[in-house]
Amino acid sequence: MTTRPDRGGDPPPRPAAPGETGAAGAVPSIPEQPTAERPQPAAARPAPADVAPAVVTDDPADGERPATRPDRAQYGVCAFLALVGALVIVDATRIGHAVSSADPVGPKPVPILLGVLLLVIAAIYAVDVARGGTGEPEAGEDVDLSSPIDWRTLLLLIGAFLVNAVLIDRLGWVISGSLLFWGCAFALGNRHHVRNLLIAVALSLITFYTFAIGLGVNLPAGVLQGIL
Amino acid sequence: MDNLASLLDGFATVVTPMNLLIALLGVTIGTAVGVLPGIGPAMTVALLLPVTYGMEPAQAFIMFAGIFYGGMYGGSTTSILLNTPGESSSVITAIEGNRMARAGRAAQALATAAIGSFIAGTIGTLLLVLVAPPVVAFAVSLGAPDYFALMLLSFVAVTAVLGASRVRGFASLLIGLVIGIVGIDAVSGQQRLTFGVPLLADGIDVVVVAVGIFAVGEALWIAAHLRRRAAEVIGVGRPWMGRQDWKRSWKPWLRGTAYGFPFGALPAGGAEIPTFLSYATEKKLSKHPEEFGRGAIEGVAGPEAANNASAAGTLVPMLAIGLPTNATAAVMLAAFQQYGIQPGPLLFERESALVWTLIASLFVGNLLLLVLNLPLAPAWARLLRIPRPYLYAGILFFASMGAYAVNAQPFDLFLLLTLGLIGFGMRRFGLPILPLIVGVILGPRAELQGRRALQLSGGELHGLVGGWVSWLIYAVIAVVLLWPLLGRFVVRPLRGRLVTG
Repeated sequence: MTTRPDRGGDPPPRPAAPGETGAAGAVPSIPEQPTAERPQPAAARPAPADVAPAVVTDDPADGERPATRPDRAQYGVCAFLALVGALVIVDATRIGHAVSSADPVGPKPVPILLGVLLLVIAAIYAVDVARGGTGEPEAGEDVDLSSPIDWRTLLLLIGAFLVNAVLIDRLGWVISGSLLFWGCAFALGNRHHVRNLLIAVALSLITFYTFAIGLGVNLPAGVLQGIL
Repeated sequence: MDNLASLLDGFATVVTPMNLLIALLGVTIGTAVGVLPGIGPAMTVALLLPVTYGMEPAQAFIMFAGIFYGGMYGGSTTSILLNTPGESSSVITAIEGNRMARAGRAAQALATAAIGSFIAGTIGTLLLVLVAPPVVAFAVSLGAPDYFALMLLSFVAVTAVLGASRVRGFASLLIGLVIGIVGIDAVSGQQRLTFGVPLLADGIDVVVVAVGIFAVGEALWIAAHLRRRAAEVIGVGRPWMGRQDWKRSWKPWLRGTAYGFPFGALPAGGAEIPTFLSYATEKKLSKHPEEFGRGAIEGVAGPEAANNASAAGTLVPMLAIGLPTNATAAVMLAAFQQYGIQPGPLLFERESALVWTLIASLFVGNLLLLVLNLPLAPAWARLLRIPRPYLYAGILFFASMGAYAVNAQPFDLFLLLTLGLIGFGMRRFGLPILPLIVGVILGPRAELQGRRALQLSGGELHGLVGGWVSWLIYAVIAVVLLWPLLGRFVVRPLRGRLVTG
């Protein structure tokens, strides 16, 4: 399906999936897994490539136990939570004093409470990370957690998504939706350009006629107004 | 008897040719989308929301009922024919069912899952009919403080009881609550967190949140880690069961149902625990314990029934009190709000006909599923081979369409992407999704009830404590929150003393 070569490098050791740990008592371990590719734990490997770029820690020297190296990108989550918390508090202080007898609480306390709780949780989260806590990445049918995050695919998908968002009102759903589908299929590694375009156009036309014309759902016709 | 008459009226509404057609359409697309790998029941409902936009509420509800059970059923087909489970509640089905399929018994595994789901769904829906009215009668007697306490319990339950890490659960919940307060405050008319953007004044639409977090977030996450080699699909013929299979299946179906329904109805039950319990029970009671782990039919029949009964169970708190207890129920609740319908005790009074139509269509949809799925299984199995680029491109395509169609604003698409990226980050860092969506849905209502309660007391905090119900709920919340401490300082020493003594 893809023309791109596989990423090189050793896959990181994969933590047990949530179900595997949960079922440990009830489900006997399965003797052999014919299809599942069991990743071999890497003896020494470079910094995980799926660390968010903003929070990459630049200490390649710390290579004592690379396999159990803490997931430092989690501090980014703490920072995000703290930032949101601060933002919510700042926004709440801006709200005018609108207390009336019918509403003694007013609109202010809830956001302030949430902001404070966010700051508290951010701090606890940071402590948890510092003590070696990690969250478990979500597993799924088509998810291969042994591979690092594929940023190229991700950025291409986001690009296709934004193109649709910008163009939908100008060109209409049929054109922007076709671009979206085609762009996503391209981003995901499909290289049958002509076939993809045909599928994309067919899909947009079908959805436009079924939903916009058949069911009265709001989808813009755009430049094709009068033609469709 | 009153309820029976209402239910019969509901059936009368469903069993018109047009509505039957809608129910059939609902179960068909529900199953088709649910079968697609990577799409769980919650995402199925979220993605199919736009299908119902142009419909009357009654017809939309009939369709939802079909999509709900169809998505559940489709998910189990995926688990049996692919080795990897889509969600935690189908882990067991994936292991045991896939073993059966590998041993050439895919047809029997699918059949026992389908019939088990039908039986569990039917019994579960019957129990819903019996249990919901008393719950409603009780809920009507509750005041604002009790509701506030109940919603707090719901928050604490989905964050602290389900999921592995409390910190991450609460982080997710708080993000959801913050998303929920964006917009004009309903009581005072003040803008909160709108940053002067007029389009944010109406708040962030729950549908956009659900589609963004479930569909876009999931699609981006899978795309970033897409398996280079698609998982192997096991071919299947028409599902059927031999005499022996029936004999070994019927008791697990009933026991699974008995486990599933109560857990589903609890605020923090979920479907995982009952499926594991059912599996453990069947293994213990089976005459062929050695087959477990190698494809025992009881190991598919029981957990699959438990899973479906639990889904019916979640409808009790969802419809009767307005509390969503799992992701699918949360998305359904968002869909109801789209119609200006607020689930809760008043729903049964104000929109009685609609509720009973929904319940009646659950029965009808369940029956249609059985009729549809047994012969169509080979066709569903073919859907599993869909090229992944098309699948995930399609998810993003339909997600964009659905989110845009809510308000016809391109702005919602930017919101959708932002929420999708949040969903992506949450999957990357192991933050649970359910607390966020529950926070978005229940947060504004909890604030409203809390402020209403404080209004009666003139702003004094004692207004938050009402009758005995709120006391009881606060006690439960305290126990849940303090459980790690209690475990360390009370339970463990006690156990130690018992052991030494």
